[in-house]
Amino acid sequence: MAEAILKCIDLNKDFGGIAATEHVDLELLPNEIHAVIGPNGAGKTTLISQLAGDLMPDSGQVLFEGRDITRMSSHKRSFLGLARSFQITSVFLEMSVRDNVALAAQAHQGHSFKFWKPTHNDESLTKPAMAILEKVGLAERKDLAASAMSHGERRQLEIAMALATKPKVLLLDEPMAGMGGEESAAMITTLKALKGENSMLLIEHDMDAVFALADRITVLVYGRVIATGSPSAIRNNKDVKHAYLGDT
Amino acid sequence: MVETRMNTLKNMTLTQGVVLALLCLFAVAPVLTEALDQSFFLSLATRVVILSIAAVSLNLILGYGGMVSFGHAAFIGIGAYAVGIPAYYEVYNGFYQIAIAIGVAALFALITGAISLRTKGVYFIMITMAFGQMAFYALVSIEEYGGDDGLVIETRSEFPNLLSIENNVVLYYVCFVFLLATIYLVHRIINSRFGMVVRGCKSNERRMQAVGYNTYLYKLTCYVIAGAICGFSGALLGNFTSFISPEMMDWTRSGELMFMIILGGTGSLFGPFIGTIFYLMIEEVLSDITIYWQLIFGALLILLVLFAPGGISGLLKKWEAK
Repeated sequence: MAEAILKCIDLNKDFGGIAATEHVDLELLPNEIHAVIGPNGAGKTTLISQLAGDLMPDSGQVLFEGRDITRMSSHKRSFLGLARSFQITSVFLEMSVRDNVALAAQAHQGHSFKFWKPTHNDESLTKPAMAILEKVGLAERKDLAASAMSHGERRQLEIAMALATKPKVLLLDEPMAGMGGEESAAMITTLKALKGENSMLLIEHDMDAVFALADRITVLVYGRVIATGSPSAIRNNKDVKHAYLGDT
Repeated sequence: MVETRMNTLKNMTLTQGVVLALLCLFAVAPVLTEALDQSFFLSLATRVVILSIAAVSLNLILGYGGMVSFGHAAFIGIGAYAVGIPAYYEVYNGFYQIAIAIGVAALFALITGAISLRTKGVYFIMITMAFGQMAFYALVSIEEYGGDDGLVIETRSEFPNLLSIENNVVLYYVCFVFLLATIYLVHRIINSRFGMVVRGCKSNERRMQAVGYNTYLYKLTCYVIAGAICGFSGALLGNFTSFISPEMMDWTRSGELMFMIILGGTGSLFGPFIGTIFYLMIEEVLSDITIYWQLIFGALLILLVLFAPGGISGLLKKWEAK
């Protein structure tokens, strides 16, 4: 088996006596799409937040390419190549679509203590931004304010912003949440196209999407991993059926 | 040539038209006050221009950076005392005084900002106010410089071999030019890479961190820039009023600066200028009618916030859209 690009070992997180993450071991392999599923309150977002550095675990380790990043702040992790999207859409609502992506790209072009030159016609920002918008199918919407976009488009924009940081690993927190069928299908196409370029850890409730995309699936229940395996193995796993998919 | 100019005039938006008209009016204000023999209006116009510089600096952190500082008047006081205290020791060189004003204001911003910016929301408002009050009481307690009685500046800053600002019209134009320069500076900053980062922090700080920005450092830098600009405006104010006291940096003064930019429209380039004009005019008119003018002003402000949250700039934009 290839060396994991992102890995956590015996991760624990407690919220006032309630274990949100309990002895979690997880490995994300290079270029795989690894889905984390589980019922509401299983601690999926808590897990992703610890991997991204927005939350610190009580104990355990997070390793990125073998390096211990457990206590590293989120903006530093971004420079290692770790990008996340949020469960609740998190973009710059007042800014144009292109500026949203350009601002994300700018973060990885050295420091931003540059006070004089305007950004709006700076090709070193607009070019990469447009290339990424092309990739997620938002190129025509570039001048629209993010606040004027549909929910589905904003989710796509989030992916575009994550991509602008040239990540090795994408942590996606329910990218299809609240989407209609057509929008979900578009998102699945986008994520499929990214496969092979990035490793992705995907939290998702939409089982069709999970089974369409994932190479491996981890099932989380009450903060514990109850199974990890290929989609077909998970589908046939007795514990999983009992705990999550329903006893059918 | 003339035709294209006419077209540019025609294509101008309402906001641009109003701003241009106001700038023209202020550019000829000394001539007008001279013609009307109303020197009082020149002093009002000077106050508007100086406080506009302070308001523009507050707008940089509050309107663009989302940092609601309730202690901004402290920087005005620092700037004014940076003129007053050297003058007390008979040091009248304006270059030194202004260097001290900007330097000390920036340092005060760096120290207080480094602490304040570790907090968010209401806590940030309270802690900036607390630092402002600390500066206020510090000066009240220094008897040497007049304590709460303040200090009289008998001689304005001197700029040897450059110009003398003893004349009120000259002082006015110096202030006006620096107001324009400050607005241009802020215009460049907010559209630069740095400015985009600061605006991103206001819009969604967590997202900024997730894409890799150390938001704290950028916000702190912005806070220091705003403090330095405001310190400079304080130095101008010290020259203009010739009487300075700790009262200049009281938290109510910070509140007034906030009123000005809310009235004009936060996060718009000329909003603070427009807001300061209206604030001082309303103050002037209402305080003639009643000493309880702040009561009426308060009501006006509530109406404005309820029905025109974008301030006067917001209203102009709304009319443009119609």
